[in-house]
Amino acid sequence: MSQPHPGSPNPPESVGPPESVGQPESGDQPESKSALGREPLAAQSPAAQSPAVRLREGRGRIRLNVAFFALCVATAAISVLTLIFLLSSILREGVPYLTPTLMTSGPQPVPEEAGIWPALTGTIWVCTLCGLLTLPIGIATAILLEEFRPRNRWGAMFHGLIQLNITNLAGVPSVVYGILGLTAFVGMFGLFQVPGASGAPAFEQGVQYYDQFFSEGERAVLVPVADRDAPMSEVREGMTAYDVDLEPIEVHVIEPGGDYPEDPEVLAYTLFSDAEAGRIDKRAWYYFRLPFGRGVLTGALTLMLVILPIVIISSQEALRAVPSSLRDGARGLGATPWQVVWNVSLPAAIPGIMTGAILAMSRAIGEAAPILIIAGIVYISRGPQHLMDDFTVMPMQIFNWTGRPQEGFHGIAAAAIIVLLLILLSFNAVAVLIRQKLQKPLS
Amino acid sequence: MLEPTVTMQEKTITPAPLPRSPQETPQSAAASAAAIRVSELSSWYGDFQALHSISLNVPERRVTAFIGPSGCGKSTLLRWFNRMNDTIAGARCTGTAMLGELDLLARSTDVVDLRRRIGIVFQKPNPFPKSIFENVAFGPRLHMRCSKSELQDLVEWALRKAAVWDEVKDRLHAPALGLSGGQQQRLCIARAIAVGPEVLLMDEPCSALDPASTLAVEDLIFELRQQYTIIIVTHNMQQAARCSDQTAFFYEGRLVEVGPTEQVFTKPARKQTEDYVTGKFG
Ligand SMILES: Nc1ncnc2c1ncn2[C@@H]1O[C@H](COP(=O)(O)OP(=O)(O)O)[C@@H](O)[C@H]1O
Ligand SMILES: [Mg+2]
Repeated sequence: MSQPHPGSPNPPESVGPPESVGQPESGDQPESKSALGREPLAAQSPAAQSPAVRLREGRGRIRLNVAFFALCVATAAISVLTLIFLLSSILREGVPYLTPTLMTSGPQPVPEEAGIWPALTGTIWVCTLCGLLTLPIGIATAILLEEFRPRNRWGAMFHGLIQLNITNLAGVPSVVYGILGLTAFVGMFGLFQVPGASGAPAFEQGVQYYDQFFSEGERAVLVPVADRDAPMSEVREGMTAYDVDLEPIEVHVIEPGGDYPEDPEVLAYTLFSDAEAGRIDKRAWYYFRLPFGRGVLTGALTLMLVILPIVIISSQEALRAVPSSLRDGARGLGATPWQVVWNVSLPAAIPGIMTGAILAMSRAIGEAAPILIIAGIVYISRGPQHLMDDFTVMPMQIFNWTGRPQEGFHGIAAAAIIVLLLILLSFNAVAVLIRQKLQKPLS
Repeated sequence: MLEPTVTMQEKTITPAPLPRSPQETPQSAAASAAAIRVSELSSWYGDFQALHSISLNVPERRVTAFIGPSGCGKSTLLRWFNRMNDTIAGARCTGTAMLGELDLLARSTDVVDLRRRIGIVFQKPNPFPKSIFENVAFGPRLHMRCSKSELQDLVEWALRKAAVWDEVKDRLHAPALGLSGGQQQRLCIARAIAVGPEVLLMDEPCSALDPASTLAVEDLIFELRQQYTIIIVTHNMQQAARCSDQTAFFYEGRLVEVGPTEQVFTKPARKQTEDYVTGKFG
């Protein structure tokens, strides 16, 4: 407030000596100085004569301006201070737990040994897959809605309906998408239900079932079987089976109570003829099943549902920002609608589309609720090995740890939050970089 | 100047027919055959009728100026010639417009090929946010399969033809948006002629330019009329008088008068035309 307040009953310190406060002369003095020619004019012209040209009092306007400025500073300060408080408390709690163990190990019963490796790899798997699925679908939808608007009435109505739905879907709570993912991807509406065998996938590819026996040498002997429901295999002397590393071995069979062989190599794969086996499976990296079950693919598809409306809307906005004169230019040269999109609209909109997509991805990385519904398991000690593998993600792991009573788990949760925040910050930094480097004037 | 020949799918096109000879281009419009014949063309935007039964001939390799007050339907007519109105919801028309044997307004007409034959230059220069070279190469790439050197020849030819080559030859790969307004507009003309059109439509090509650039573009139009049929929409009476052979005056969606430019400006047949060209209204 550098300007004196003309005519105010209590002028600020800068106006005059303190003893002159309240005296009529000192009250009038600044008025004639600062609002020279304004106040008298406003005072001279009576409101009745020409109400339209009556000048607003300068003092009220300035005061409002100052008050508004103060309000803005206060609100900004509140949010910044809250952020600083949250960040500093998380840093104080989490930094002692930022150790190499945190990055490399899995969930453990003791906080000092626990780590985020499975959750981090799970997040990378799910979000990469989610991005790969969302980008083409989202951009294609935006192109359809922006560049290929139907011109007839029914087409326009259909277009409007879809547009309205997408706008609404952007506001649906993500937990709802979790339930949708549960029905649509985990169980696939029960379409692939096998009668009788509950939970068994109707279709599987890239899996081999084994009967697992434990030998007298206390090693596992794996005998391959045709499928999940095949009868238990019989063991015969000299048959070929596999060890845990799937190397072929020769099986020896002895009668119950018979003599053990001397040779430890032979003893290692010696079974009793009445040995009981357990059925296990080994899945290849390309394992695929229907329905999808609670795997990485389901997680990615569900997160895709969450961020697809955001990606579509931001891509639409980026396309809309491309001046139509550019499209006309291409069209006038004889470009087909597709050539207009591919050569003009899309290249001009790509920076905006990428920025929106990256911000949507950072939303996907932070989502816990839908994953909580479709995955549900947290105690996973390794990263996903194939698209149908069980998984967990960072927010789920953090959620789980913060719910534990032990202090140490809260610390490690804070450390995990720091890692997650670093990932999110780097995503946003990339978005800003793209906006600054690639965005160029279009006309 | 060499004219590059580019194979387009099966057809072979030469960028435009050669002028017969400079002396043989008289000012009289009647001496030339009609390139576009319009008959009884009416046009609507929804329920609003923008054009009322227009009939006129556009002579080949001459400049035809469309003049008239704002909103009288000049751009609408121009945009029907290369079907730019197709993208406007509710725009429709009746009547015919023929380019030789090609019915411009038929539903079955291949608009992509039509727009290659009838190029358009807009009011505001609209170069693509790419390099100067890429801007000119854009059209040829859409229609033709040509080698890099052929493309370079074609770009140089088009830029020379549009009288900007000397100004841009050292920075072909610089962004086109860095050029001045007049250079941008001549670049847009180069871009349009690079696909080898027969007709050039220009919708107020100088109204966004400064006087010096306007002169440069007008000179260019005067040059180009030896090879192309040009239709120019303009608000500027001097411009129409300076660079056109035939002038058509429109008023409220109707064609009031069309004739050789000299006649329209010196002894117009209709009172309305006289009032307009002498600046009494419009
Ligand atoms: N896209 C459109 N939708 C509806 N009316 C239009 C559209 N474009 C032009 N018009 C109307 O058609 C008439 C002719 O417009 P236009 O051809 O642009 O005039 P000019 O180019 O002679 O100034 C005007 O009355 C204008 O309001
Ligand atoms: Mg116009």
